[in-house]
Formats: sequence, structure tokens, C-alpha cells
Amino acid sequence: MPMTITEKILAAHAGMDQVEPGQLINVKIDVALGNDITAPVAIREFEKIGVETVWDRDRVVLVPDHFVPNKDIKSAEQALLIRTFARKHNLINYFEVGHMGIEHCLLPEQGLVGPGDLIIGADSHTCTYGGLGAFSTGVGSTDLAAAMALGETWLKVPESIKFIFHGELPKWVSGKDLILYTIGQIGVDGALYMAMEFTGPVIEKLSMDGRLTMANMAVEAGAKNGIVPPDEVTRRYVEGRAKRSYRFYRSDPDAGYAEVYEFDVSQMEPQVAFPHLPENTRPVSEAGNVAIDQVVIGSCTNGRMEDLREAASILKGRKVNSNVRLIVIPGTQEIYRQMLREGLAEIFVEAGAAVSTPTCGPCLGGHMGILAKGERALATTNRNFVGRMGHPESEVYLAGPAVAAATAIMGKIAAPWEVA
Amino acid sequence: MKYRGKAWKFGADVDTDAIIPARYLNTSDSEELAKHCMEDADPEFPQKVKPGDIIVAGKNFGCGSSREHAPIAIKYAGVSCVIAKTFARIFYRNAFNIGLPIFESPEAAGAISEGDELLVDPGTGVIKNLTKNEEYRATPVPEFMQQIIAAGGLINYVANRLKS
Ligand code: SF4
Repeated sequence: MPMTITEKILAAHAGMDQVEPGQLINVKIDVALGNDITAPVAIREFEKIGVETVWDRDRVVLVPDHFVPNKDIKSAEQALLIRTFARKHNLINYFEVGHMGIEHCLLPEQGLVGPGDLIIGADSHTCTYGGLGAFSTGVGSTDLAAAMALGETWLKVPESIKFIFHGELPKWVSGKDLILYTIGQIGVDGALYMAMEFTGPVIEKLSMDGRLTMANMAVEAGAKNGIVPPDEVTRRYVEGRAKRSYRFYRSDPDAGYAEVYEFDVSQMEPQVAFPHLPENTRPVSEAGNVAIDQVVIGSCTNGRMEDLREAASILKGRKVNSNVRLIVIPGTQEIYRQMLREGLAEIFVEAGAAVSTPTCGPCLGGHMGILAKGERALATTNRNFVGRMGHPESEVYLAGPAVAAATAIMGKIAAPWEVA
Repeated sequence: MKYRGKAWKFGADVDTDAIIPARYLNTSDSEELAKHCMEDADPEFPQKVKPGDIIVAGKNFGCGSSREHAPIAIKYAGVSCVIAKTFARIFYRNAFNIGLPIFESPEAAGAISEGDELLVDPGTGVIKNLTKNEEYRATPVPEFMQQIIAAGGLINYVANRLKS
């Protein structure tokens, strides 16, 4: 029977020839991931299971990224808890401040995840690695605890939805805009429990950074995973980087889908999601006159090199509007170093931005840029729920790096062509 | 065991930031989390809710983050179970794993009003509305999930498996 790429990866990890949507299966996992919010809970549960140590000290990856560098005493204690655990169990892939990055930027960059892998992480944006052609999905802390002990987990095989993107991507339109547009079309539960498969000529030309951005936000449509068929772009990205062998899976041409959507992107504009749901999207030219107090460029959605380059290309030689605080957060230490090498850090600082060490920080309203009552931010992050970046009466608008940079200059939501 | 309590109604797409805002996630203390349960959806909820009460919501309840702190906050606030039209995927897993009973029932989610007295039978999935004198059905829980519940959560389930 024909299968989708998602079904093939699941079948391979279940040791079966064939799986079908709806089936409950037990699968071997390649990597289990936790962070400074979810790992403390997982560690506590892990210790109740009564096993000596983790199933594989190479494959349990812990990344403190949400509240580090520690924002207060409580978060310092959470970080200490996972540091102690990582040392006790000799975990190879524990990343300390100064080496770490936002988990979903870090793992692909370090070659810890690759095409054909099955990854679970106690973080909802674990779905990011689908950009590489892997099956990866978010779970909770208790699931992580069980996975750390067993190297296995249970999953329900999802139905798949196929998205085919046709046409030519216009200037300033990026992976972020494609996924915001898609969520705008199908809604925040439009792919509930399902796999989102991104295909078509536009995706084939999309960079790996753009693909990771798209898969990252699959969960914002309720999906279990997002996935991009691996190809030459994938091969170039993983060669020399992958720490393990990898395998390219592709959907059979006659595989079954719950639904197929086709979009022509040739006339698409950069998108903006209005408060308080990622589905409230509009083309930037229809945003109206929305004054913005803070712009954040970063996060596991748009904290990669391509994003920073795009923002810098607009900010170069210009100044951040005097009514705006611009915060730029590179996704990983390596991206930070590259940003320095390419002179991007200088462009941002000269423009009047605050440039931070890698952290999730304001993305989840943790630290480094919390909003007061009534304030508005435009961010390259992935969620604009009530209270996401601070006070419950603040607002978050989501967009890609080009709109973010233009907005920082104009002091109101702006299209890149208004300034560049 | 059946769950009996008063219904508190919420709308569609209640996200995990509304259930437990990230500003409180610098701790994983259950009682501490419970004090802020549903705070950004209804600031008075933690004070108003009584042990046994039931949250009733629309589609996609618990969307957003993977934080297990969300079902934990609900459970420790004294809520006996959650009924929704649909649940977000990770929230669904987490609720079973930590032992918060949840029921998918579009019918019940639509018909129940705030303050209705409910009686829920987890065995049969029958939800009785004592105030309106109506009865609704929840989607049956998959066999495997029932085993997790019977074991007292995923951790016990795994521990038992490793022992045998
Ligand atoms: S950057 Fe934001 S969305 Fe990504 S892992 Fe961190 S908090 Fe979550």
C-alpha cells in the first residue's frame, strides 16, 4: 500500500512494513529533547520509574534556553536541576550558556537531528525538524520521562494533509509568510492531530532556514508534525553536519491524504497575524495604521542566519524609530558568531537595537523584553496569544524579519518596500 | 468513580498561556501553579473554582505549548475533569499522562451552560446534566489510554512494564 513520508518514517521506527492513519504504534526514537521548563518536571518523573540511567546518554538532549541566562532565583534552580542531572548521567548533549542556543535552532545546526529521524521533545515546537524531512513532534514532560528511560514512545499515526505551493515567491516573501498564510487559510485547528506535508515548486526552491520556519509553526495549526520532503537542499545542509547516518524518505505518488490544498504564491505579500491568534492573518498592505512599541527579531521561528541577514539588509544605515525598542536575538551561539563575522551585529547596534545572547526570552514573555499593559509588539515569533509577551492587556503581532525590520524603522507596522 | 461538579464555561481555542501564563513557569510546584490556573482567561477563576468543578470548553482546548504545567494547574486547582469539543494534541496526551480526566464531546460542549450541575461517568463516557436533565456522550477513550489511566498514569505504566 502506498504511504506518505510521515507514515514511512513511523513504520520504519515501529519495525513494521506498513502503518495506517489512526493506528496506535510503539516506536523507537532517535532523540529525546527537554528544556529548562519541561525537563525539571520530566526529571522528577524519570526518577520515579526506578531505572539507573537514561537509555542513551548521546540521544537525550537537554537545552536550557527559556529563562537563561537565569532570569531569577527560581529559574536558576530549575537550570541547576537539569545541569546536575546532565552531569550525573554524563549526557553528551547538554548545552550551557555560552554554547547553547534556542533548542530548535541548535539541534539541526549541530547535526543532532537529521532526515528520516523520529524525534520527540518536551516542547511543542519540536515539529521544527520536519524541515529536514524528519518526523518530530512535541510531547509533555511525562512522555519525555518515559522516553528517557525506554528510548521508545507511543504515537497515533496521523492523517496527512498535503500543501502544494505553486508560482514564484515574490521579493520579501519568506517561509514565515507562507506558513502564516497557510494557518490563516485553515485556522489554528485546521490540521488538528494531523501531519502537514509542504511540497511543490516553491518549497523545492526554499532554503533550509525557510523550511525549518514553516515546519516550526505546524503546531500553530494544531498539527502533530510538519514535514518537507528531503532533496538536494536538504543534502547540502546535512552533509558534513549530521552526527549520525540519515535516510531520505519520500511520499509515494499515490499516497492517501485527508486533504490537498494548492496555493499560488506569485501575488502573495508578506503576512501579519493580528492578536490574539496566529490565524488572524492579513497581507501587510492591509495592516492599517498600527503603532508599535517593541519589535523582536529572533526565536526558534526566525532566529536563523537568513532571518538576521534579511533584517540587516533593511536596517543597514538606518535608525530604529525613537518610539520603538528593537531587540535582536540570534538563535544560537554559532549564529551569533556568524552575525559578528558578517558585520550584522554592528548594523543592528548602529541602528539602535539591543542585541542579546541566544535565549527564548520575550517570545514566551519570560524575560528580556516584557510588555506593559496596553503595549504592542511586532515579533518574528510564533504565538500571539493573550499575555504571551507580558501583560494580559498587551498585544503581539506576528510577521517575518523583513516586516519586523521595516516596522522598527517606521514605528508602525510597515512593509519592507516602504523603507528599502 | 464519577465526577460531579458545577460547569465553568470557556470558549474556543483556550491556549496554554491562558491556562497557565509563562510568567509562572519558573516553578514546577503544583500548588503554586494551581493558584494561577486560567488566570489570563478569567482572573478570578482560581478563587471561584470549587473542588470537583468541571471545565467545559469549545474546540481545540489547550492549544499552544507542550507545558504539562497546564493540566497540572487545572488538576491541582481542584477541577475534576475537562469536557471540550476537541482538545489540542499535546494537551490530550499530557492530561492522560498526569491523570487529569478529559472528555471530547461536541454535543456536551454545546449544550452545557455555565453553572450547570454535571455528573460524568468515565467508564461509559456518559455526561449527565442534572440542571437541564439532559444526557450526552463523549468519544470513547482508546483502549491503550485506558490502560495508562488504570495504571495510575504513564510513569507507573512504564515502571510496571520495566519490572515485568
Ligand atoms: S523561541 Fe519561543 S516558541 Fe521557540 S522554544 Fe523558545 S519559547 Fe518556545
